[in-house]
Amino acid sequence: MRGNEKGTSVLRGKPLSFGGDLVFRYSVMVVATLTLALVWLLVIMMVIDASSSIDTFGLGFVTGDVWDPNRDVYGALPFIFGTLLTTGIALIIGVPLSIGIAVYLSELAPPYLRGPLSFVVELLAAVPSVIYGLWAMYALRPVIVGTVEPFLSDILGWTPLFAGDSVGLDKFTAGIILAIMIIPTIASVSKEAMMAVPDSQREAALSLGATRYETTRMAVLTYARSGIFGATILGLGRAVGETMAVAMTIGNANVISWSLLDPGQTMASLIANNWGEAQDLQLSALIEMGLVLFVVALVVNVFARLMVGRFMKAVPSTGGGL
Amino acid sequence: MNIYERRRIKNTLASGLALACVVLALIPLVYILAEVVIKGAPALSWEFLTSRTVGTGEPGEGIGNAIVGTLLLVFYAGLIGLPVGILTGIYVSEYGNNRFGTTVRFFNDVLANFPSIVVGLLAYALVVAYLDVGFSLIAGAFALAIIMIPIVANTTEEALRMVPNSLREGALALGVPRWRTVLKVMLTNARSGIVTGSLLSIARIAGETAPLLLTAFYSSYWSFSPTEPVASLPLTIFRNYNSPSDVLLEQAWGASLVLILIVLSLNIGVRILMRPRKRKHKAVKRRWMTRLSRKT
Repeated sequence: MRGNEKGTSVLRGKPLSFGGDLVFRYSVMVVATLTLALVWLLVIMMVIDASSSIDTFGLGFVTGDVWDPNRDVYGALPFIFGTLLTTGIALIIGVPLSIGIAVYLSELAPPYLRGPLSFVVELLAAVPSVIYGLWAMYALRPVIVGTVEPFLSDILGWTPLFAGDSVGLDKFTAGIILAIMIIPTIASVSKEAMMAVPDSQREAALSLGATRYETTRMAVLTYARSGIFGATILGLGRAVGETMAVAMTIGNANVISWSLLDPGQTMASLIANNWGEAQDLQLSALIEMGLVLFVVALVVNVFARLMVGRFMKAVPSTGGGL
Repeated sequence: MNIYERRRIKNTLASGLALACVVLALIPLVYILAEVVIKGAPALSWEFLTSRTVGTGEPGEGIGNAIVGTLLLVFYAGLIGLPVGILTGIYVSEYGNNRFGTTVRFFNDVLANFPSIVVGLLAYALVVAYLDVGFSLIAGAFALAIIMIPIVANTTEEALRMVPNSLREGALALGVPRWRTVLKVMLTNARSGIVTGSLLSIARIAGETAPLLLTAFYSSYWSFSPTEPVASLPLTIFRNYNSPSDVLLEQAWGASLVLILIVLSLNIGVRILMRPRKRKHKAVKRRWMTRLSRKT
């Protein structure tokens, strides 16, 4: 048995040949398979539901830049674009912050603070998404409209990214909210990756006379970089799929616009915002959009799992209420 | 300024920066909690918690049906999700030391981080569209169960792996069949871990909005039937967040307060409840060690 090499018991493995054992073993196996089989079955059902949209638009769905229920023309490009922009903002703001948090929690914090602080950071993931949205509408938005966006458009207004007037319900606000929401995931997994760095690495750097900062940079961050990268990919997956908070703050404009200060729409927020009134072809197109999202999420998460499989348990189980 | 000085300053700056990151991340958490309490508390009253959402903005409305709806959704989801999740965890931990077990574990990890709106669409495709039940309590519960399963399975697996092998071997040496060993010995000893995982998964699904929007939809009436649309706290917030009516907006804040109280008390409660056990365990161990050392 390979079980023995992994330090587990020889007795954990093939069942003894009692009837009850076989029955038990195969029944838990069936249940374990059930979920997986079901998910793939459901994907097929989604394809059936999306078939009228797939038939009508073909591959052009992904590149079509018009979403117009009045003319019954649906294309996904504006939303893929919106998703990329908001996710980009979230990562640019969220990743450095998360790495800072992870460094503090794994390298600097006094031992008695480590547990409680990690817990509090993870609590950020426990707040339901819809409450983030509500808070963003009434607490974050005034700050962004009042100070942040005018400032950005003053100094960066000449770039296409910050052109135009600030309205508060736009891609920038959605990106900020996303940044806050992905911090617990990236910080927890990165922290776990940094704590897995062997102390010998730190000791080697310290013995050469390195300061704490130099030790962290040379020994810890270098050693843990694949873990941190994987954590970032997990955060990316979270940002791409995040729905409610984005749907409430992005301003619902189904057009392509480079400016972050203009309203937009992501793939997920489009589904949430249009679900109530969608029918026939539009409903089918929304489900096809869901399929695109499914594929993206699958690729991102499989990749992240391959990168940080060992640290997967660190993902706050209370999720973002995505 | 010599190089040592510069390195020391750099070190101090970097430490300060890392601490600043932590503080910066905690600001939104504190701010959100404060805002929800300040704006939600005035809405709370017995009437508010027990009457239904009419949706017209007249005084005397409440979120009673949404609270009941959320409880029903969580109950039905748990009914499906907990057994499936725990059995999956048992399989992976006890029989999963092979390629198939690895595959199951892999997809559980992937599924655990899946966007919940996609899970909502999956449940929609089966229950709402294919089985033609329509927007309903059972469709919502089904979606929540799919979200729940990987969380419960992963924590169950983890908890079972923490059980010392000597216990398993002891039971097997006494001639207890494997399945009874798992059910009686292993599950009993992994109990607290499994309960933790289950409670955390309930905290997670209680706040889910997107999948419910696609499956359970919304109702402003008292509704208990599994095949009817049902109200829920997150959806009440989503419906009212943009409302021009102050009463309805206050309803959203009140619902947020109730929801956040449920979610946070589960999270914090689990953490507090599960801690003393460890300490007790250690205390018992220490007592035994002193006793033994006295004898020798």
